[in-house]
Amino acid sequence: MIPGPFSYHRPATVADAVKLLSTLGDEARPLAGGHSLVPMMKLRLASPEHLVDLHGVAGLKGIRRDGNTIVIGAMTTQHELLASDEIGKSLPILDETALLIADPQVRYRGTIGGNVANGDPGNDMPALMMTLGGSYRLEGNAGGRDVAASEFYQGAYFTALEPGELLTAISIPVPPVGHGYAYEKLKRKVGDYATAAAAVVLTMAGGKVATCQIGLTNLAETPLLAEDAAKAVIGTSLDPATLKKAAAAAEAIMSPAADARGPVEYRKHVGGIMVMRALQRAAGRAS
Amino acid sequence: MNDMTPTREQREAKLEGMGCKRKRVEDIRFTQGKGSYVDDLKLPGMLHGDFVRSPHAHARVKKIDDTEALKVPGVLAVITAETLKTVNLAWMPTLAGDVQMVLADGKVLFQNQEVAFVVATDRYAADDGINKVVVEYEPLPVVIDPFKAMDADAPVLREDLAGKTTGAHGPRKHHNHVFEWTVGDKDLTDAAFRKAEVTIKEMISYHRTHPSPLETCQCVCSFDKIRGELSIWGTFQAPHVIRTVVALIAKIPEHKIHVISPDIGGGFGNKVGAYPGYICAAVASIVTGKPVKWVEDRIENLTATSFARDYHMTTEIASTKEGKVTGLRVHVLADHGAFDACADPSKWPAGFFNIVTGSYDFPTAHLSVDGIYTNKAPGGVAYRCSFRVTEAAYCIERAMDILAQKLGMDPAELRLKNFIKAEQFPYHSALGWEYDSGDYHTAMRKMMESVDYAGLRREQAAQRAAFKRGETREIMGLGVSFFTEIVGAGPSKNCDILGIAMFDSCEIRMHPTGAGIARVGSKSQGQGHETTWAQIIATEIGIPADDIMVEEGNTDTAPYGLGTYGSRSTPVAGAAIAMAARKIRAKAQMIAAYKLEVHEDDLEWDIDGFRVKGLPEKTMSMKDICWAAYNSVPPGMEPGLEAVSYYDPPNMTYPFGAYICVMNIDVDTGVYKVRRFYALDDCGTRINPMIIEGQVHGGLTEAFAIAMGQEIRYDDEGNVVTGSFMDFFMPTAVETPHWETDFTVTPSPHHPIGAKGVGESPNVGGVPAFSNAVNDAFSFLGSTHIQMPHDYWRNWKAAKNLGVFA
Ligand SMILES: Cc1cc2nc3c(=O)[nH]c(=O)nc-3n(C[C@H](O)[C@H](O)[C@H](O)COP(=O)(O)OP(=O)(O)OC[C@H]3O[C@@H](n4cnc5c(N)ncnc54)[C@H](O)[C@@H]3O)c2cc1C
Repeated sequence: MIPGPFSYHRPATVADAVKLLSTLGDEARPLAGGHSLVPMMKLRLASPEHLVDLHGVAGLKGIRRDGNTIVIGAMTTQHELLASDEIGKSLPILDETALLIADPQVRYRGTIGGNVANGDPGNDMPALMMTLGGSYRLEGNAGGRDVAASEFYQGAYFTALEPGELLTAISIPVPPVGHGYAYEKLKRKVGDYATAAAAVVLTMAGGKVATCQIGLTNLAETPLLAEDAAKAVIGTSLDPATLKKAAAAAEAIMSPAADARGPVEYRKHVGGIMVMRALQRAAGRAS
Repeated sequence: MNDMTPTREQREAKLEGMGCKRKRVEDIRFTQGKGSYVDDLKLPGMLHGDFVRSPHAHARVKKIDDTEALKVPGVLAVITAETLKTVNLAWMPTLAGDVQMVLADGKVLFQNQEVAFVVATDRYAADDGINKVVVEYEPLPVVIDPFKAMDADAPVLREDLAGKTTGAHGPRKHHNHVFEWTVGDKDLTDAAFRKAEVTIKEMISYHRTHPSPLETCQCVCSFDKIRGELSIWGTFQAPHVIRTVVALIAKIPEHKIHVISPDIGGGFGNKVGAYPGYICAAVASIVTGKPVKWVEDRIENLTATSFARDYHMTTEIASTKEGKVTGLRVHVLADHGAFDACADPSKWPAGFFNIVTGSYDFPTAHLSVDGIYTNKAPGGVAYRCSFRVTEAAYCIERAMDILAQKLGMDPAELRLKNFIKAEQFPYHSALGWEYDSGDYHTAMRKMMESVDYAGLRREQAAQRAAFKRGETREIMGLGVSFFTEIVGAGPSKNCDILGIAMFDSCEIRMHPTGAGIARVGSKSQGQGHETTWAQIIATEIGIPADDIMVEEGNTDTAPYGLGTYGSRSTPVAGAAIAMAARKIRAKAQMIAAYKLEVHEDDLEWDIDGFRVKGLPEKTMSMKDICWAAYNSVPPGMEPGLEAVSYYDPPNMTYPFGAYICVMNIDVDTGVYKVRRFYALDDCGTRINPMIIEGQVHGGLTEAFAIAMGQEIRYDDEGNVVTGSFMDFFMPTAVETPHWETDFTVTPSPHHPIGAKGVGESPNVGGVPAFSNAVNDAFSFLGSTHIQMPHDYWRNWKAAKNLGVFA
């Protein structure tokens, strides 16, 4: 439980951070809240030679509304998300999800940027960002680019981030007024990652589902968008048969690993249950 | 008398003696972060040691190359079995009569076994060094499933025992066999089963788990070459035993060994045994001439220093059609891991598992236990229980429910029908114990009335009907548990550790101004001894508890004691305290008689001093007697007011209790909700009701964790898959149910103050209550027994196996 030796850098600007990361190369890692990275270092599953601490970098924090888009700085903590009126008003599902992440101590340090950049299938924010149609701003030596959350995740701990690139902000289109939402997460205890979780954002018209997105957490190497499941509920009033169909469609794309949370068949089964429950709860909230 | 004269009630209250909810005095420092633990200790020039551990569960160690490690700045030495052989310490004796490798000698037998000890100037350098030690292994086939350990072709684990057909506890049947232990009358029991109208048989497993105290195992060893003295600060539940063991194996004279247990952050049995870290730190200190600290991390603690349970109990009950039990037969397959390092009294290879007849009047019983070796960590410690009593209580309480189900009887009814009756005490059990006292019917009925048992059963019937109609996906279970423990080891006639009888001790010194110090052979790890021991003395000698300082854990100052575990502190040390206090009072009476110029027999005790019979104004307070003890004792009497008592208990004590758990389970996810948990404990005389309640809360929380998910699990290759708090279920306040506590009082007839001990009851009685609740919930769907732990996925699996999703 003792990390290996590393050197510590604390740049003041995005440009400096990017420069450091690209000159130091593969052996350098950005350090945000440290609540995924430091445990890995203590287990020596990660042994970066250089840590580039982002806490001194100007302009990486904060939540603002830009027309119909919410822009969240990468270094915004999960606690700050929960404290924000803007998030509570425009993106209440973010609050619901953040509250299901670990405990207050972790949320005071852990950042949304670190959560989405980490690439751990157990992180809750990535599937949510895919469900909401969010995108990430990446800054590198060669300039900046935007990558959709749905294009970002390639495998466990593999993302579209190129070496030397920094994720600086997350943009999320504001869902329509009256949308329904729910994040259903089954976990063994406070502080545990999901056994299975499902995010649902939908709109209803005349008692029937008009639009729907469904995201899945910790049910494959990457977060998933359950597109077939979402299609299956459009135009329905979420009757029991439809819910079952949606669950089955979602289960069809799941490929979780067996772990102490349960065998594969259990995790898929409860993944389906989370989808059904999230759909029902989201519909109940929609107007 | 003027108005200022305190009333009797005020005088009583001022003492804060037995029965008072006195606030815990130790919490003043604990709650302010001012406790002093082993890891707080920093000695000049202190070095740090840490282990290279085996990634394999079974492998030959071909080569250990420390060349690169020794180049790491700060690394001073790499100790291996070869180093230890030069001081004859490559192996160490275990408390169970086996031997255990200190460092891998030729092979490793469990994952994370200690292979080499890296000594460095700080912990970081030590860890860097560990990562540079290159060990060459040749993996060997593993034995993980205990039921395959004694197959004819099972791999040989303990090559050091080759050819040894006898172990510490008799003949060995197989190369992976440790011992067989049998108790009871086999012929009579077999006959009872032949005649039985109804029988049940079930293999009931109590899975492997771990005590996991907040503070892990650790020590600082400092060898003073000039004086030839070894000082050891460590997380020891039994510091005197450690001193004697060190004297025996390190050949250092016992008076030159100083063992100190400072504040301890929980033990739960984990800190009774001797671990390789202690030996390696001591050797490293002798080799380097500097103090050496060893501190385990969480993963090491969970995977290498001890485990608990791992008992697989094939249980049979014989009964009449009316539900009167006529016989009990149990065979246990006991998985001891790679070395038999159980911390039991020496003559008890399966602890006191023969308490397995529980609270019931079994006319006959037979028990046999086979201990076996597997490629798992050694240990088998008493995790918040008197030796193997938790396993026994789980076994019988689960089996009684299974019998009730077979008979179509209510489980509470079946228990009431078979309880030992109040008038049968002292009761001789079929497996050899003499139960001291009990009133089981009263306790059980009080529990049933308090929770409206009949009403709960009606609600359950309605819930089941609704489930069958498809109106709900939740099922409801009631888990009844009525346990009898055997604690307070123990009488010298049958209890010793390495030949030392399991007495305990107290020394009290009263100072001239009426304050005093009590030194005790027990060692608190959070139980609150500093508070409760002073309360016993307060009541016995009439000095306020606040004026008594309690000290434990320093072998140079405390009288020899066998330590704290197995709920033995109150039954044994608590008795020694009362007896020492009575010696003080006896001498005080002589002094008071002399001062009051009456005969001793003319005095009577009155709360906080003596008064002359018939002359209530003529009194002498204990405080004044203390002063007199130092200046005007009767002619011929030695001055001073001190006493020592070594207490050898005449019998064990037998606390009991009636618990019930009300639980709902969602069959779709396996998620459970503990709706209600009621715990009635009878621990005899209650010294501090608040501390009892705290102990019950803590023990119930552990029981909840164990029954509902806390497990040390190995995969088929012998890798521990639950080696951190992410996967080893450690409930937080959020998951922990609300506890309702209650009590009855049946004093122990042989204990000086009638107290029985309570620290472990909730863990012992709690586990069957939770497991019976889960099993009771599923029983109407056709299941008889579902193994623990009952975590979500296993509950779901049980529902699935019962056809709920068909
Ligand atoms: C006990 C515990 C329980 C937890 N439970 C959950 C849970 O249930 N759900 C959940 O989602 N999370 C959970 N977490 C993780 C927590 O939310 C982390 O804080 C989060 O995953 C990472 O954020 P961070 O700011 O701490 O990032 P860090 O740990 O600092 O970094 C994580 C990774 O992302 C990289 N990185 C960080 N910021 C950037 C950036 N701006 N650009 C590029 N790369 C970057 C780092 O180099 C590192 O590789 C838990 C953590 C703990 C300790």
